Amino acid sequence: MDAGQVEKAQSLELLTGTDSLCPSVLFSPLRLLVVYPWTQRFFQSFGDLSSADAIMGNSKVKAHGKKVLNSFSDGLKNIDDLKGAFAKLSELHCDKLHVDPENFRLLGNVLVCVLAHHFGHEFNPQVQAAFQKVVAGVASALAHRYH
Amino acid sequence: MIMEGSRGASTQRPVLGTPGSSSATTMSLTKAEKTIILSMWGKISTQADAVGTQALERLFASYPQTKTYFPHFDLRPGSAHLRTHGAKVAAALGDAVKSIDNIAGALSKLSEMHAYVLRVDPVNFKLLSHCLLVTVASHFPADFTADAHTAWDKFLSIVSCVLTEKYR
Repeated sequence: MDAGQVEKAQSLELLTGTDSLCPSVLFSPLRLLVVYPWTQRFFQSFGDLSSADAIMGNSKVKAHGKKVLNSFSDGLKNIDDLKGAFAKLSELHCDKLHVDPENFRLLGNVLVCVLAHHFGHEFNPQVQAAFQKVVAGVASALAHRYH
Repeated sequence: MIMEGSRGASTQRPVLGTPGSSSATTMSLTKAEKTIILSMWGKISTQADAVGTQALERLFASYPQTKTYFPHFDLRPGSAHLRTHGAKVAAALGDAVKSIDNIAGALSKLSEMHAYVLRVDPVNFKLLSHCLLVTVASHFPADFTADAHTAWDKFLSIVSCVLTEKYR
């Protein structure tokens, strides 16, 4: 399933609202670390991750989360060529960061949950379906250069 | 069989239950998590049928391949089939919540049905679990904290494990 123009429009609108990332969306990478604590394995140097509160208050985590989501929404501007848009990042995650691509799928699904939480009934089945295509496309693009 | 935990955690190994424990699942709920589930279910149960139905609508919209298990159903949003089946899903979850210390016992018959009759591929339990999570998040924003998100994700993955544990 490829994400097309409709999905791009809906997802960018939801993610950004104005020109900057919707604040609630910034919670997603933090939530990932709480809900799936094994994902903390990549962030040993980030300090205190011992509880949900510690994670939510951790400035390194927040800064990194913002970086991840900015990349995500930048990538979305090239929705017709996600593999191209994320090629360099894919190589980085494989060769330098050694991140299992399953983590991209987990983050995508956490992002969907956070959006549902924030937008409530507005995040209806059709909007969710569009977004699932987008996060699946991004996850697949990030895994594309793995070897 | 390697028990699939929460979505994507295919590398988890099953932890053997201690004698007398209810099931050999990969994760068990903490006391705090059980409290969250029980108290949220109090609210969810007042709209259980709608939650079950919407989760199915989300499943079929986001993951159309799941419709292959329902060729005999009218799956259009609002259909009687969807509402009836959504209510069944919600009722089963309610049973699991009521017997939260023995989910395997509560869902034993359903587990057999999935293993021998329905034979839904295990990957699909993760998809429905995710859609249930999304439905709960959108309906109960005040309650869907990070801890609640974790508790529900774990609970649903335990339910999924129980429903697939007799597959082979």
